[in-house]
Amino acid sequence: MPVAASSSLSRAALVAAEADRREIRGRWLLASPALLIILFAAIGPLFIVLLFSFLTPADYGGIVWKPSGHAWFQVLFQKDIFDDTTTFADAHLSILWRSVKLSLLTTIMALAFGFPTAYFIATRPEKMRDIWLFLITIPFWTNLLIRTFAVQEVIRNEGIINTVLIKLGLISSPIQIMFTDVAIMLGMLYVYLPLMVLPLYASMEKLDFRLVEAGYDLYANRFQVLRRVIVPLVKPGIIAGSILVFIPSLGAYVTPRVLGGGKNMMLGNLIELQFGQGRNWPLGAALSITLMAIVMVALMVYVRYAAGSSENRHG
Amino acid sequence: MSRAGSGERRSAIEVLGVSKVFGNGDDAVRALDNVDVTIRENEFFTLLGPSGCGKTTLLRLIAGFDFPTEGEIRLYGEDIAPLPPFKRPVNTVFQNYALFPHMTVAQNIGFGLEMLGKPRPEIAQRVTEMLKLVRMEELRNRRTSQISGGQQQRVALARALAPRPKVLLLDEPLSALDFKLRKDMQIELKRLQHETGITFIFVTHDQEEALTMSDRIAVMSKGRILQIGSPRDIYDRPAERFVANFIGDTNFLEGTVTAVNGSKARIALAAGGEVEAGISEGVKPQGNVTIVVRPEHAAIVMAPGQDALRGTLENIVYFGTDTHFHVKLASGPHFIIRQQNRHGAREELKVGMPVGVEIGEHAAQVLKD
Amino acid sequence: MANASAGKVRAVFGQADAQKQSRTNFSIKRQTGFGVIALFCFFLLYLPIATLVVYSFNAGPSIAIWEGFSWRWYVAAWNNNQIVEASTRSFIIASFAAIVSTIAATMAALATTRTRPYRGLNFIYGFINQPLMVPEIVTGIALLIFFAMVKIWTGYTGLAYLIIAHTAFCIPFAYLPIRARLENMDLTLERAAADLYATPWMAFRRVTLPLLWPGIIAGLMLAFVVSLDDVVITELVKSGGQDTLPTYMLGQLRRVVTPEINAISSVFLLISIVIVTLFFFLNRKRT
Repeated sequence: MPVAASSSLSRAALVAAEADRREIRGRWLLASPALLIILFAAIGPLFIVLLFSFLTPADYGGIVWKPSGHAWFQVLFQKDIFDDTTTFADAHLSILWRSVKLSLLTTIMALAFGFPTAYFIATRPEKMRDIWLFLITIPFWTNLLIRTFAVQEVIRNEGIINTVLIKLGLISSPIQIMFTDVAIMLGMLYVYLPLMVLPLYASMEKLDFRLVEAGYDLYANRFQVLRRVIVPLVKPGIIAGSILVFIPSLGAYVTPRVLGGGKNMMLGNLIELQFGQGRNWPLGAALSITLMAIVMVALMVYVRYAAGSSENRHG
Repeated sequence: MSRAGSGERRSAIEVLGVSKVFGNGDDAVRALDNVDVTIRENEFFTLLGPSGCGKTTLLRLIAGFDFPTEGEIRLYGEDIAPLPPFKRPVNTVFQNYALFPHMTVAQNIGFGLEMLGKPRPEIAQRVTEMLKLVRMEELRNRRTSQISGGQQQRVALARALAPRPKVLLLDEPLSALDFKLRKDMQIELKRLQHETGITFIFVTHDQEEALTMSDRIAVMSKGRILQIGSPRDIYDRPAERFVANFIGDTNFLEGTVTAVNGSKARIALAAGGEVEAGISEGVKPQGNVTIVVRPEHAAIVMAPGQDALRGTLENIVYFGTDTHFHVKLASGPHFIIRQQNRHGAREELKVGMPVGVEIGEHAAQVLKD
Repeated sequence: MANASAGKVRAVFGQADAQKQSRTNFSIKRQTGFGVIALFCFFLLYLPIATLVVYSFNAGPSIAIWEGFSWRWYVAAWNNNQIVEASTRSFIIASFAAIVSTIAATMAALATTRTRPYRGLNFIYGFINQPLMVPEIVTGIALLIFFAMVKIWTGYTGLAYLIIAHTAFCIPFAYLPIRARLENMDLTLERAAADLYATPWMAFRRVTLPLLWPGIIAGLMLAFVVSLDDVVITELVKSGGQDTLPTYMLGQLRRVVTPEINAISSVFLLISIVIVTLFFFLNRKRT
């Protein structure tokens, strides 16, 4: 039904329309401090990073205002100093590969530990659930650096693990865990595990256990119920948890720096290096944009899967 | 405080040609379509209809939570439609009560007066008065979360009445209460309306509630008011099929007009026989018409007379206070008769028997469509 | 990490409305081995933290060999000027960032909830949550570059840069609980206030704000903890001599580590736990 021409609108309708316009203006005004702060100290500077990735590095850090695509070339390739041949930048590629590999491994491990933990919490009596959840939350809200440092104390050569193993006589000299990829992965698993548990728990708490009952009623055994009923129903939680672990792992800086030492860098450390000793700001900028692009892809996959699985639930 | 009902009562609220359109373009929904209604001073007026009929929208327009797309809403002659809610001397009792959870009972009741800038002693006195009116004196300093549903309902009423509004709007206020409490509150509401002399506009989808409490009822459907009248008018003389159907059980019969005499018409029924039927205002019966007969206004007989409808008794349903007889008429349609149970009566009727249906005098009414 | 904490908040608020599910037979819920894995998980989560706290009381200078109980490292930390200065700086930055971000977030939450969708609403959502989507290292680099330019233009090198940077990434954290609280709030309460002659401002002051208060406090505490915990952005943005406690510790980790670090960490832990516990109970009362 079309709205009648404005001449026949009531006085009230005109007043209301004006009030509406004023309200929306007011809402923008209310939001503006937050928007301005974020524009100034979060979003705006990202565009400068993009710009810098197309400029020429100055000799001692910083940039020269001369356009160049060289930084982007350097992300993947390098030129031999002597014979000018182009080869893949092995150092960069191995760091990129380590970042993706360790992030994926961390995600899988977090899922392997997090799923049973979330399920365990979700099946506790209602009053106890909050307390278990609280226990998951506490380490998470404590400083990331402190937690990483705590992991270091456990896995060091003189740490608890090695001490106990030696005392038990299982090994004669300490196992070197620190400054390896394993150390980085263990650290990230430790610091990001709650991120897997919490969204998983949120889905599992909504799980209708009558469906599980129906599964058993229809002759499924425990494993079949888990695989065919529970896992599909909590899939949104699995996806959310995986994304929440994968993304910060990919951009991790503190954990690889403390546990990986200087050699086992991840993308975050490589980026930081370009602004420190590397003195190649445009390359650092280009690497930052690369990292962000990977994150965006992961987020897009998440949005697509999350949308898809919620459609399935309604359909 | 009660007011003598002498003389012509003034109109408190006049709704003039009001339409409300939500959304625009192809998605536009016309929630109210050119509604006209006048609500008199000191009246208990009910807006009755199924959900989505526009009754709550109309109430919200009067309260000021929404603005009409077209038309005017007058309060004692002044167009209040453009005013925001806090400038209207009209108060609302909300469906979920909307009591402020961070205030005590007394603070809730005094809120309106406080906002009006009344001096503290006056507020305190008025709050006491109101607590007495709704019989809640002892709960004065309780938090609203610490009192029962029925008590919350009373606080909501007291809060809305405290500023002495010219009109009190009630949005299905009893729907959250259980059956027993609802019955009590119906009586309570009537008492409050009588004692305060304030015009009540009451929204409900419960036809029984509407019939028992109202001075007048407006039956609404699809954004229109179909019929306005006293409960008796609406029940006995429904003007439209929707009204007849929505309020109580009804039998519909087809027939042809043979004669019209003032407010009566003679109808030759398709099922055989002839009845005299009442005509509602604005209806001009001619040709084929539908008439309605309430189930309790017909009688089942074993030896039918000349004007009786003939049929077969198909089912007998026992309801305790009364019994329903389902008769399949010889001409095809079904007819339901409700008869009050008297001790030892009607034992002789058996399913499958041929029976007659006699329609009582003044029982039939011609419908508009 | 910003991204990480965001998910946590989302998860906690996501489960708030899911408390109403029927109790079924216990054995139906059981999955073999899950309980053992879960308890192992909890053990692993607390083992490193416990070790850290225990060694903060070590009488000896090592974080590996236990030599008896002592408060000496707490005393040492207390008398270490660098630590005191860094802690003070951390608290100043966190206080400013938390207060400013909570005010901005409260306003933004009021602007984006309880409304029909209007043009730009999704844009505002996206903008506010943006700091959660970008890896901290990238934001840190971006600010490093941008503030380096600003420092040259203005000549100012004070704490304001850190405060602004922290405020920006704290906004989404403060925003989440406030928005959740607003969305759970019954709209008819404000309508009832307006019906009872309260002007929009009075309705806000007397009804909305008192009911929103727990959400605002929760937002403030979240923002405070997040700011206090930040390492990456601070490390990149800070000028010389602007160490916060976490960046000071990061520097120390490269050297020989003494239980002094454990002592600071333990105090830090305690503060976080207290704040999170308060936050937890504040949110729990909300129904």
